[in-house]
Amino acid sequence: MDISISTAIFYLVAFVTIVSAAGVAFSSNIVHSAFSLVGTFGGVATLYVFLGADFVAGVQILIYVGGILVLILFAVMLTHRISEIEISNRAVGRIPAFILCGGLLALLVTTIRETPWLTAAKPSHEPTTSRIGDLFLQQYLLPFELASIVLLVALIGAVVIARKEIKE
Amino acid sequence: MAIGLTHYLVIGAILFSLGLFTVLTRRNAISVLMGVELILNSANVNYVAFSHFSSGRLDGQIYALFVIMLAAAEAAVGLAIVLAIYQLFHSIDVRAAQTLKD
Repeated sequence: MDISISTAIFYLVAFVTIVSAAGVAFSSNIVHSAFSLVGTFGGVATLYVFLGADFVAGVQILIYVGGILVLILFAVMLTHRISEIEISNRAVGRIPAFILCGGLLALLVTTIRETPWLTAAKPSHEPTTSRIGDLFLQQYLLPFELASIVLLVALIGAVVIARKEIKE
Repeated sequence: MAIGLTHYLVIGAILFSLGLFTVLTRRNAISVLMGVELILNSANVNYVAFSHFSSGRLDGQIYALFVIMLAAAEAAVGLAIVLAIYQLFHSIDVRAAQTLKD
């Protein structure tokens, strides 16, 4: 039984990720939910590092923790009066949803454990950034450009939707 | 037991179930968006894990990057819609926005 230090760190990171995801799902205070999301996103970024995906881990930190999470916190602060935070995040139908999600999780875990997954590749921990850049500008050029157009449209659309109407 | 593909897939499955639970039970639109983010993260973990253990190529990481891009667009537009609903109904309970039904 060889428990190396990286195995211990993996289990620690997995534990933090899952506990903070459970905090998002079960917390009755929406501010606590939003801050629990930090742990989940950071834990997932660390899992990407374990998987040898350095660029994706950096992007995860930059976009999720630095962008989406700040956006969510802004939305929480803009739409709540502080006094009613406690009651505004109530959950409904917890028991049927718990049964459904628990059953789905059991099914997924059973499938994952029973299926003989192809693990042919030899896992590598080479730096990936330059190869990802090559792929984006050669094989995946069209989806890359389409994604940039989608981001532009989303930017303009978000401004148009969220601005206040000014009556003449 | 060495850390293998199944460990990452199980973490992805747990994140997906918690995200689905959040989406199903919350009445608060921002919490529903948080659940969607959890689900997208679980899909990304699976993409990168398969890319690392099964294919050995970078396609899975590329797809994960596209998912992150679209998640950013989705969060921006979704939260803008939430703010617009809040200005109109003074509530972000998702039941407030069902006046088209009546």
